[in-house]
Amino acid sequence: MSDVKKFMYVNRKAPYGTIYAWESLEVVLIGAAFEQDVALAFVDDGVYQIVKGQDTSELGIKNFSPTYSALGDYDINKIYVEKESLEARGLTVDDLLHLTWEDENEDWAEKDSIQVVSSEELKKILDESDVLLNF
Amino acid sequence: MKLGIQINEGPYTHEASNTALNFCKAALEAGHEIFRVFFYHDGVNNGTRYTTPPQDDRHIVNSWSELAKENNIDLVVCVAAAQRRGIVDEGEQERNGKDGNNIAEGFRISGLGQLIEAGIQCDRLVVFGD
Repeated sequence: MSDVKKFMYVNRKAPYGTIYAWESLEVVLIGAAFEQDVALAFVDDGVYQIVKGQDTSELGIKNFSPTYSALGDYDINKIYVEKESLEARGLTVDDLLHLTWEDENEDWAEKDSIQVVSSEELKKILDESDVLLNF
Repeated sequence: MKLGIQINEGPYTHEASNTALNFCKAALEAGHEIFRVFFYHDGVNNGTRYTTPPQDDRHIVNSWSELAKENNIDLVVCVAAAQRRGIVDEGEQERNGKDGNNIAEGFRISGLGQLIEAGIQCDRLVVFGD
């Protein structure tokens, strides 16, 4: 397709408590079939969506966090996490899921998908996006 | 300009749908095209004809139906979100063995691909939500 656009999904809310995070991920997965240039950003409580070791067994709600690990298989490998949001919550990149993708141009070398960026850097990234979906 | 609209909240708890309605009217008046309005999350609740607000309140569902009819706008309710929240058209009624349907005039139920397509086809995708 000639008109490939830069899709940016901004995830701002905690994974449970509301359905926004899960239904956002559903859009990302369906959208992956459209061969667009896709990126995800996690800001505010949205950073909790990709914290590792989630256990929802006592909530009675499906723990959908393992699904994020599949994003690399959908060629989604630009995952930006806002530094300030992590810091405000006492989190570091080590608290997050280890999301990776395989680079076919480098003999399928495994690479990190997550990039921690400052609010200032994220502003530029959002600015360069064509389609911005907020969840 | 060709515009795509996404609405993430129901008709009355949040003002998002009402604001989107006003936005669409203003955009049409200014000569822009509304390619599609896509209802997601609780936004699917904008698409039930059973909505009956008090007479002195605005009827947001009917307003969408009227706007769509007058301007030939495609109102799409997300199927996955609709199934969770009990928004049903004739096709869904049959598929899921329900005893009725409640889709409002001018709305149709379809997949998330319709939202992605709006993002691809439109000059701007404008999201209204919380």
